[in-house]
Amino acid sequence: MSQALTGTAFMGLDSAIPRRASLLLPTVPAESAIANDRDTPDQRRAAWMAAAQAGDRHAYEKLLADSVAVIRAAARRQGVAHDHLDDVVQETLITVHRVRQTYDPARSYDAWLTAIANRRAIDALRSQGRRDRRELHDEDAVDNHAEAHDASTAAEGAQRARRLRAAVAALPPGQREAVEQLGLRERSLAEAAELTGRKTGALKVNLHRALKALRERFHGEP
Amino acid sequence: MTELPSHRALIDRLGTELVPVRRLPPPWLRATGWLLAVAAIAGVLLMRYGTGGMMLRLHAAPDLAWAAVGAVLTAIAAAWAAFSLGVPGRRAAWAWLPLPPALLWIGASGVGCLRTWIAPHTSIASLHQSTDCLVFIVGFSVPLSALMILMLRRACPLRPVLTAVLIGLASAAASASLLEICHAYDAAATDLLTHAAAVALVVGVNAAMGGRLLSKA
Repeated sequence: MSQALTGTAFMGLDSAIPRRASLLLPTVPAESAIANDRDTPDQRRAAWMAAAQAGDRHAYEKLLADSVAVIRAAARRQGVAHDHLDDVVQETLITVHRVRQTYDPARSYDAWLTAIANRRAIDALRSQGRRDRRELHDEDAVDNHAEAHDASTAAEGAQRARRLRAAVAALPPGQREAVEQLGLRERSLAEAAELTGRKTGALKVNLHRALKALRERFHGEP
Repeated sequence: MTELPSHRALIDRLGTELVPVRRLPPPWLRATGWLLAVAAIAGVLLMRYGTGGMMLRLHAAPDLAWAAVGAVLTAIAAAWAAFSLGVPGRRAAWAWLPLPPALLWIGASGVGCLRTWIAPHTSIASLHQSTDCLVFIVGFSVPLSALMILMLRRACPLRPVLTAVLIGLASAAASASLLEICHAYDAAATDLLTHAAAVALVVGVNAAMGGRLLSKA
């Protein structure tokens, strides 16, 4: 549909350029170089390209602008995602510029352009595929690594928690109480004093002794 | 036209870089040019070795003559197909064109090889002579491939590997055709194997290298 739109949009503008091109290029049959109402969009673009090969910048820019819709249609047919269509358009336009000498005005311009656009679309899909695969690999790696890490950490953590609980249970009752209230349940000194009915100073001393005992038990430090 | 503004800058830049270009001659014309180079080498070899020995051999062994015809046709078809694939929009199916003559070439060589087993009086190439064949085919194929790659530098082979295979096939077939002019002995098993190895080498190296040499487009 967009092709048809661009076609009518340029109908009125192109009469002068291809005529000039036919003068510059005597090898091009005049009837193919002159764009008129009877011409299909393909024939009109062919005439513009013939003029562009002779160095007609005006015809060239109109041709490239007109080619965008054709390239997008070709890329869409190849299955290029909407986000990447403009990349394919740009790559195709650059290739068209570089190989414009290979176009033969006796043949279809659209077929020539579509072949280049298809190739650039396939290139885009391939590089996209490579990127996706790499990202997938990275995700796998992260997942695997995280899983392995988590598993070992979890096992290690569980073991340490068991040993700590056992060590706390083995402490004298006053010290155990201080660790449970202040350390594990994270109560304030005032709250702990109120709950246990002990003085805050005694709790502090008991906590200090309990931590020292636990440190000795786990690290062998005095 | 809604998508136009995003490409306006690129189109402007390409417009400023536009210079007139010389249009690429049609594939058949460039293929003819390359085949003329092969014909020139054939002319030199014919002057050197004469046509007598070759005609005698071809008369004596009709299958060898068919193999020679197959090799010449393969070279022509593969060269034309290689130049055609350098133009976007040409059908890739043309790459199959050299297949029938290539089958004739390989098939007739195979028959020649079988015949030496049935009628073992013909002089059979020793391994040493076969090595000469290998050197000959590879020695001619390299410059012929290089010439074709040079002639394709302004083209746009959208299928570089397939084009390179065709270049290799054309060069190997042309070299094998040239070999017929100064080939001193009949096709034998060792000979055929050497030919096959030489052709495979040329086609393989071209596919590996040409893919890179031609992929600029």
